Amino acid sequence: MATETHQTLSACLTPEGGAVGMPQLCPDWMGNQIFWLIVTLVVIFFILSRVALPRIAAILADRQGTITNDLATAEDLKAKAAQAEEAYEKALADARAEAQSIVAATKAEIKAELDDATAQADARIAAQAAEGEKKIAEIRASALESVKEVAEATAQELVAVMGIEADARTIGAAVGTRLKG
Amino acid sequence: MATEAAQGAEHGAGGGLVFHPMDQFLVKPLFGDGPVGTFTVTNVTLWMALSVLCIVGLLVLSSSGRATVPGRMQSIAELAYGFVRKMVEDVAGKDAMPYFPYVMTIFMFIVVSNFLGLLPLAFTTTSHIAVTAFMAIVVFVAVTVIGFVKHGVGFLGLFWITSAPLPLRPVLALIEVISYFVRPVSHSIRLAGNMMAGHAVIKVFAAFAPLITISVGVGLLATPLSILAISAIYALEVLVAFIQAYVFTILTCVYLRDALHPSH
Repeated sequence: MATETHQTLSACLTPEGGAVGMPQLCPDWMGNQIFWLIVTLVVIFFILSRVALPRIAAILADRQGTITNDLATAEDLKAKAAQAEEAYEKALADARAEAQSIVAATKAEIKAELDDATAQADARIAAQAAEGEKKIAEIRASALESVKEVAEATAQELVAVMGIEADARTIGAAVGTRLKG
Repeated sequence: MATEAAQGAEHGAGGGLVFHPMDQFLVKPLFGDGPVGTFTVTNVTLWMALSVLCIVGLLVLSSSGRATVPGRMQSIAELAYGFVRKMVEDVAGKDAMPYFPYVMTIFMFIVVSNFLGLLPLAFTTTSHIAVTAFMAIVVFVAVTVIGFVKHGVGFLGLFWITSAPLPLRPVLALIEVISYFVRPVSHSIRLAGNMMAGHAVIKVFAAFAPLITISVGVGLLATPLSILAISAIYALEVLVAFIQAYVFTILTCVYLRDALHPSH
């Protein structure tokens, strides 16, 4: 690069094209920088205010909405779950009560049946006992008769053995008297 | 910017080191070799255009999916949006929301330009006082106009501190007025100065780096040290790049609050 060119280009450049002092303070370049800065800032401003910021705000609002909705749904579901639990508890209690009543009813029924059966059995037992007693009485009566016969026979034999002639009627009367006494 | 050691520290004719730490800040025409006029397409144009492209990619393309569950890029876009929006709301107040797009514009421009400037061979647009001063003056003028439009003469209450004892008030008013007019100066020089200083220091160390090719004895010590220093300062500059963008933006919000609520 020609030395002359640089010197004519700017007072802020050395003949070799290096910086003289601080390039930041060179007034020759400030206009250029400010012009491009304005262009840049205006472009950024419009991109941000027209596109980027509304979009990001919308995204964040959407997310907030989604979160709120989800929370509401969760709250709803929780209430529903509580309701279901309540219903379940109630059903359980009802079932338990019903079961208890069934148990009580069945118990009563069984008791009634049992009482019935017991009564029948008692009656049967009483009847049988009565019959038994009757039979016993008969047997006793027949036994008494037999005893009398045996006693008479024995007495006749005894009397015969003793050598006394005795008729059956006398002996019978004697045995009968004895048995009564 | 930083690591172009060959460009920054060309070996002079005598074989010694030559320092050109400020050459990275030169404004050059992008095409040809002519003078730099107001409308010339220069490296300033290139790097500002790149910052616009980065912002479009970061905020527009990344959010084009409008995903409810964001991806990485969309998360960054939402993070940047939330960060600046919260700053405006917290610092300047809810009624400053109409100015949020402009605050977002300067934040995105500065932060992207600062980071682009950290690329090797890049031109850092925000290291130029013309750029930062213009932004600061726009903020200053806008804030002053907003203050007077919203509050009329009441805006001058910003300088008349009613909580101070009466005899002190004129003195305080003088100090307040001076500090008010110094605002754009500090506002702009802070950013440009920070960006320029870091980049220039990296360049100076970069100039020391090839010392080993000239003198092995000195270079054995100086070269690793300068490379280490470049890395360390680069790391610091990454931090500074974000912090200065944040500081510029939050000061804008503070000034905006003064305009909207001048009575402290």
